[in-house]
Amino acid sequence: MTTLNQFLNVILFMALPYVVAVTFLLVSIYRYRTQPFTYSSLSSQFLENKSHFWALVPFHYGIILVLAGHFLAFFIPRGVLAWNSVPLRLYALEITGLALGVMTIVGLIAGLVRRFTTPQLRMVTSPLDWTLYGLLVTQVLTGIGVAVMYPWGSSWFAATMTPYLWSIVKFSPDTSYVAGLPWLVKAHILNAYVLLWVWPFTRLAHVLVVPNPYLWRRTQVVRWNSVTETKAR
Amino acid sequence: MNVRSHVAMMFHLDKCIGCHTCSIACKNIWTDRKGTEYMWWNNVETKPGTGYPTKWEDQSKYSGGWEVKDDKLKLKSTDKHKVITNIFHHPNQPSMDDYYEPWTYDYQNLFNAPEGPDQPTARPISMVTGKPMNVEAGPNWDDDLGGSPIYAANDPNLKNLTEEQKLQLFSVEQLVFFYFPRICNHCMNPSCVAACPSGALYKRGEDGIVLLDQKRCRGWRFCVPACPYKKVYYNWSTGKSEKCILCYPRLETGQAPACFHSCVGRIRYFGELLYDADKIEAMAKLPDEELINAQREMILDPFDPHVISEARRNGIPDDVIEYAQKSPVYKFVKVWKMALPPHIEFRTFPMLFYVPPMAPVMAMRKDDKLTSVSDNLFHDIEDARVPLQFLGNLFGAGQTGKVVYALKKQKAVRTYRRAVTVGDIDMATAEQMLREADCSVAEAEEIYKLTSLCTFEERFVIPPMHREMAMEGTTDPMFRKQEAGFGFMAGPKRSV
Repeated sequence: MTTLNQFLNVILFMALPYVVAVTFLLVSIYRYRTQPFTYSSLSSQFLENKSHFWALVPFHYGIILVLAGHFLAFFIPRGVLAWNSVPLRLYALEITGLALGVMTIVGLIAGLVRRFTTPQLRMVTSPLDWTLYGLLVTQVLTGIGVAVMYPWGSSWFAATMTPYLWSIVKFSPDTSYVAGLPWLVKAHILNAYVLLWVWPFTRLAHVLVVPNPYLWRRTQVVRWNSVTETKAR
Repeated sequence: MNVRSHVAMMFHLDKCIGCHTCSIACKNIWTDRKGTEYMWWNNVETKPGTGYPTKWEDQSKYSGGWEVKDDKLKLKSTDKHKVITNIFHHPNQPSMDDYYEPWTYDYQNLFNAPEGPDQPTARPISMVTGKPMNVEAGPNWDDDLGGSPIYAANDPNLKNLTEEQKLQLFSVEQLVFFYFPRICNHCMNPSCVAACPSGALYKRGEDGIVLLDQKRCRGWRFCVPACPYKKVYYNWSTGKSEKCILCYPRLETGQAPACFHSCVGRIRYFGELLYDADKIEAMAKLPDEELINAQREMILDPFDPHVISEARRNGIPDDVIEYAQKSPVYKFVKVWKMALPPHIEFRTFPMLFYVPPMAPVMAMRKDDKLTSVSDNLFHDIEDARVPLQFLGNLFGAGQTGKVVYALKKQKAVRTYRRAVTVGDIDMATAEQMLREADCSVAEAEEIYKLTSLCTFEERFVIPPMHREMAMEGTTDPMFRKQEAGFGFMAGPKRSV
C-alpha cells in the first residue's frame, strides 16, 4: 500500500505538473499561431440576455478574486502569515475567501442551469464545454469543501502548498509537503492540474488574450497596407 | 493638414421605392452562413418606424456613439475605464429578441405528410435550434407601416413633434411614410473601432473602409453597443462580430458594391472624398447644430491646388485625386449641400449621406373630397406631408434648417425642369425659385442630370484602389499574382 501511495505521489504530484506545464505552454502557443480564429470564448449573451448577468458576473468576479488569493499566498506567503497573525484579520480573510467561493459556485450553477434550460444555448454548447463545466464545478466545490473542513487554509497554504509549488518551479520537486494532506485537498490540487491541462484546448483560452493593450493604445485603429506609408504617417 | 482619401456614399431617398433588392443582393453574397442568418448588413426601413434592430436610434437603450464630457470626446457605452465593469456582462448589449430568431420552413412536410383530412402545412423551423417555433418578429416586421402605430409610434425621431404633426403622420388616409435604406456608414470617426478592446476593427488607411479582422476578434462585443447605427452584428455560432465590408473585393476590381449595383431605383451614388484627418477630434466636440457644417468643412475641395499638393505629399496617387474631382458624392454633399448625414449628433461622422425625400403628395382626402394642399403645382416645403421636424431629427441633428435648404433646392430644380419641358410654369417664376433656393440655372441642370439621367458610370465613380501598389511594400506583386487563388482556407470552425 505504501509503495502504491509513493508511486501515485510521484506520478501525480511530481510528473503530472510538468506534463501539464509543457502541454499548456506548447498548445497555447501553437493554437495562437495556427488557429487564431478559435482563440476566444463563445459569448451567449446574444442568445439569452435575461439570466446572463446573474451567472456570468458572480462567477467571474468570484473566481478572479479567489485565484488572486491563491497567487498572493504563492508569491508573498510571509505577508499573508503576517496578516493572519491577528486572529480577527485571519477570520476576515477566511470568511471573505469562503464568500467569494460561494459566489463563484452560485454563478457557475446559474450558468449551468441557464445553458441546460435554454434550447438556443444548448446548440452552442459543445461536449468540451460541458466537460469544462464539470471540471470547474468540481474545482470550486472541493475548494469550498477544503475551506469549510480544513479551516485557516490561508495560513497552512504558506507552509505546505507554497514550498511544494516553488519546488516544482525550481525543478526539484518535493512531494513530502503534500504527501500527508487530506484526500479532499489532494483532489483539489489534482483537479486543478487537469483544468490547466485542458485549458489551452478549451474556451478558457480567452483568459490568455484579455484585452490589456486596449487601455493604452490610440483610440482609432488605422491599417495602412504599405509598410513605407505606415512609417510616413 | 493631413489629407486622406475616403470612399463615400449617397442615397437619394426621393428615389427609393423600398423594394429590398439591395438587401437580397447583400444577403445572398455575404450573410447566408450559419450564425449570420439574422444579419442584414444592408436593410431597408420604413420611416416612421422602429427599424432594425428595434429602436436602434434610441441611445438611452443602446448607448451608442460618442459624447462630450469635460471637453473630452468619450464613447458613450464603454469608454476605457468601463472595460472592466462591462466585460463580463454588457448592460447595453442587444440580444436576439431585439432582432429576431431566424427561421426556415419544413417544406418536406408538404410532400411527405401522410394522407389526412387537412392540407399539410410547412411549419416554421428555427435556424438556431432546428425545432418548430412561433414566428414573433422578423426583418422589416413593420415594413410599409405594417402594425402601425403599434411599432411606428416608438420611433425615436418622433420626439419634439407636436400632436398635430404626429396626427399628420399616422391618421388614416393622411398617413405618410418613406424608405430609409441603411448600410454601415464607414464613419470618419467610427465608435465601433474605438471600442474594440482587441484592436480587431480597423479603418483602411487608403480608402477608409471599416473592416473587422476575424482572426483578431476575441468576441468581447463592445463594438455592437458602441455602433450607434447597430451595423456591427454578433455571429452567435463563431463568437465573432461581423459587419458590412462595402464589398471591398468588388471595389478593388472596379465594381460597385452589390447593394449599389443591384439598386433598381438607382438611388445609390458612390464616389470618393478627400478629407482632413487632423480636424476630426476637434470637430467632433462641437455642439450638435454645428456638426453638419463641421463635417462639410473637413471634406476638402479636390480642385484646390493646396489640397492637391498636400494630398500628393501624403502619398495619394494622382489618379485617385482625379477621381475625387469627379465624385458625385462630393457634389451632392459639399457643392450642392443637398445630401445630409444621418444622426450626426452621434458624432461618428458617417460617410453615407442622404438626400431627404420630398414625398410629393399634392392632395389629401378631406370630407370625401380630394383637396390640394397647395395652390402651387408642387406643394410648399413647409406643408410637406412628412413633418419637417421629423426629417430634422433624422438628418439635421434636431434642426430643420439644412433639411429645408435641401428640399427647397430639390423643389426649385423640379419647378425649373417643369418650366423647360412642359412649359405650364412661367420661366421667370422658376428662375426666381432657383435664386431663392441658392441655385443657378447651370447647377439646376447638373442636379437634374445627375438625379434623373445618370448612367452607371456617373453614379458609381469608383477610384482605383491600387492594392497592387499598396502591396509592394511587403511583397512582390508578381509573386502575389502567381499564388493568388491557390491555397487552403479553413472554415470558421471553433474546435481545436
